[in-house]
Amino acid sequence: MKSSAGRLSLWLLLTPFVLWIVLLVLVPHLQMLRVSFQVRESWDTIAWGVQQYQNFFIESYYWRTFVRTGVMSLFTTFLTLLIAFPIAWYIAKMARGRSKGILFMACLIPFWASELVRTYGWMILLRESGLFSSWLQALGWVDGPVEMLYNDVAVIIGLVYNGLLFMVVPLVTTLDGMDENLVEAGYDLGGGHATVLREIVVPWAMPGIVSGCIVVFMLTLGSYLTPVLMGGKDSAWFTEQIFTQFITRFNWEQGAALGVLLLVLSSVMVWLGLTLSGQSLRKVMG
Amino acid sequence: MATESDLSCTGLIRRFGNNAAVDHISLDVPAGTFFSILGPSGCGKTTLLRLLAGFDKPDEGDIHIRGQRMNDVPPNRRPVNMVFQHLALFPTMSVGDNIGYGLKRRKVAIVERRKRIAGVLEQVGLPGLEHRNPQELSGGQRQRVALARCLVLEPTLLLLDEPLGALDLKLREQMKIELKHLQKQFGTTFVYITHDQSEAMVMSDQVAVMKDGRFDQVAPPEELYREPATPFVAGFVGDNNRLAGEVVSVMDNLAEIRLDDGELVRGRVVSAGLQRGARAELYIRPESLVFTDEGLNRGFSSMQAKVRTTLFDGANSRVEADKSGQPVYARLPQDGSAPKLMANSAVRLAWDPMLARVFGADKP
Amino acid sequence: MIRSVPRSRLFDGVYLAYLVVFFVYLAMPLLVTAVFAFNDSPFPSLPWQGFTLDWYLADGSEGRTGLFHDSGLLSALWVSAKIAVWVTLVSVALGCVNAVLFERLQFRGKEFLYLLMLLPLVIPGVILGVSILVFYSGTANEVSRLWGIELDMFRPGMTLVVMGQVTFITTLATLVIAARLRKFDPQLEEAALNLGATPLVAWFTVTLPWLMPSIVGAAAMAFLMSFENFNTTVMLTGSDTPLTVALFNRLREGSTPVLNAVALFLMVVSALLALFTLRQKRSE
Repeated sequence: MKSSAGRLSLWLLLTPFVLWIVLLVLVPHLQMLRVSFQVRESWDTIAWGVQQYQNFFIESYYWRTFVRTGVMSLFTTFLTLLIAFPIAWYIAKMARGRSKGILFMACLIPFWASELVRTYGWMILLRESGLFSSWLQALGWVDGPVEMLYNDVAVIIGLVYNGLLFMVVPLVTTLDGMDENLVEAGYDLGGGHATVLREIVVPWAMPGIVSGCIVVFMLTLGSYLTPVLMGGKDSAWFTEQIFTQFITRFNWEQGAALGVLLLVLSSVMVWLGLTLSGQSLRKVMG
Repeated sequence: MATESDLSCTGLIRRFGNNAAVDHISLDVPAGTFFSILGPSGCGKTTLLRLLAGFDKPDEGDIHIRGQRMNDVPPNRRPVNMVFQHLALFPTMSVGDNIGYGLKRRKVAIVERRKRIAGVLEQVGLPGLEHRNPQELSGGQRQRVALARCLVLEPTLLLLDEPLGALDLKLREQMKIELKHLQKQFGTTFVYITHDQSEAMVMSDQVAVMKDGRFDQVAPPEELYREPATPFVAGFVGDNNRLAGEVVSVMDNLAEIRLDDGELVRGRVVSAGLQRGARAELYIRPESLVFTDEGLNRGFSSMQAKVRTTLFDGANSRVEADKSGQPVYARLPQDGSAPKLMANSAVRLAWDPMLARVFGADKP
Repeated sequence: MIRSVPRSRLFDGVYLAYLVVFFVYLAMPLLVTAVFAFNDSPFPSLPWQGFTLDWYLADGSEGRTGLFHDSGLLSALWVSAKIAVWVTLVSVALGCVNAVLFERLQFRGKEFLYLLMLLPLVIPGVILGVSILVFYSGTANEVSRLWGIELDMFRPGMTLVVMGQVTFITTLATLVIAARLRKFDPQLEEAALNLGATPLVAWFTVTLPWLMPSIVGAAAMAFLMSFENFNTTVMLTGSDTPLTVALFNRLREGSTPVLNAVALFLMVVSALLALFTLRQKRSE
């Protein structure tokens, strides 16, 4: 009502927000950027340079892992979308009444357990002494124990599993809001399945698709447990390298540089995703 | 200002940018009356109501309630309560808690509070509904709860912001009558805003017709209908036919007007200083028109028109006729007195000139 | 392919089979984890040796230590609970304030600040942890080196973990509460003022009760997210390890059914929390 009271309440509400975003997000990330350009010459002298970034490009192990992580994350995201879409469609458009709610809840159940527990479950299933191996032997299809863990397929199975919820929920939400008459009109005007899907359903679901893909890609790119626990010796994940630099080698400068690179990769991918699909972050996330 | 007036405003102005939503409004509402503000949407009536409730402040002018100046009193300290357009019943509270909300703010003890909630629910015809959820009630019941929530506080002034708008037609008719009875029963002063003239006419003691931030006329409903003071009121309140022409002569308050097709008609002059040769508009109500030549010998004025079609609507049936391209409506009595009318046939419409009103048309 | 468009029976069959496979895929890892918490064998694998509660109750006398006697895991559980309570309190409080800020006030630069608010969602959790470690722990090191003052709260440990988790959980809490506030009719607050409430009383008696379901929901979500978080936590944790990190360390040493027991315990707690929020939503 009064402008002075309005200003006071604005400042009161703005202060916690600013403290949070500045102290926990902006400043730490700027500091990480700064540290990544520091070169430690001795224990108390520091010079500036791009040595850490040079290391990244010279050491093929770094950039190979980097590229591998990016490509596998993209693949996982795409696979998750393919798997989740029919499920979301069924929940949003085919199921009715109680079964709709129950199926939706069933999709959420795995996420009552943490990523660690979920990964552990897959390990029990896939490893040499695991359930699948035992069942295959019992069926007589294989002679000895089979190791299904510690390879890229296992990693992708685990990553897709982790991402599904974050794909199904936004898809169901957008598809739920779609008027079925649109689809009926599509068929009525002579469209086939493929045409209707391509020209009516997918454009409508775009915000949900983009939102799901961004979240799943982010989660996958930044995941640590699944690749570490389920991956093999040569299926390293980029987050592992950051972890190694910080925790094992205490090389913060190198770790910070790798962190910046990962952040750049994820930001570029999110930006590309938004631009190519013509969506905005606010519409997709908020 | 009269001492017994509950609400009096002088020279109220509220501007938004260059546009004055409320423009020099002065009004005076006597205690215990039902006062309506009638106007089309966008005329500033909601802004005026928000000024009275204290949600907004006037740029100029004063608001007095029972002689107390209210301009600097915050909304929660004014002896004014409001029934909101969408009722604004608190969805997180039961009916009883909704009604008790204001009492609680006044620190009325719980026993007393319960008694008064039960009492007011009885008065609005919803006894024993304290523990229900507002969402479970019907539209009419919710309306009454919103009313009870205000009336239990015994306000000096009750403001109502088109509260019947959300109801269906039948319920609205019923609530109109009920609201009027409730107002008489409680004796509270009501200030009611609406764009529905029937609501204003049926319920009010006084109606102010508002247009572009100003009051065109403040009068009892009947006077408003019979003696509209401006062309806008004549056109807005009730159905009316408008005939445009040129003043030929003015004599004893009666003007003779040459319509654009040359015919001469007569009506009572409202605008002062209407000169010969000026453009003028004659307003005549459909029920004042009769289908006859006989009226002429009683000093009636008349004109020729062509029947377009008849619109049957029970007691409200009308004929749509064509007068040089303009539609003219005349009431079609359903008591057998009306002649059979064929489409495209010529018809003579006559009226008592004292019932027609002539306004100067120099102002657009 | 909606209900009103005719389909072949083969298509229906294939679709149904796909649904079944999908839900089996979803349920299986959790199911086996839960089942093997009760297998009377030192390894969580087949063959089934019979039902036992040892992995919860055994007191270590026969070479088995159950969850309820495993002081390492129990203290990790306690650390996690403490962290989760702090994270819940801080992020829900911040979430309320942010929601009001973005839904009810108009100010310059609002769009930009809203994007900043969303930012933590598009930063990988590991990076959030790393940046906070680098800044706060680095600052603590510098301060110690230059002036000899020890800022222990900025060393890896509970405070940093809480800070790291608050960073992104606040965004989620804000989104949940803001979504509810968006559906609030501001006229209700005016009605409260009109009935004699001061603005502060109106906020507490009308607006806050309206927001309550979302606040409870956000709190349950924040608690779960905090309890289950690994990526941010692992970078910031000190000597008092929270449960997920402790479990991870155990897992690297080799799996035992005690881990299954903990996992099942966590699932039950999460399920209860989820059911609780669902009930809250129902009663809305």
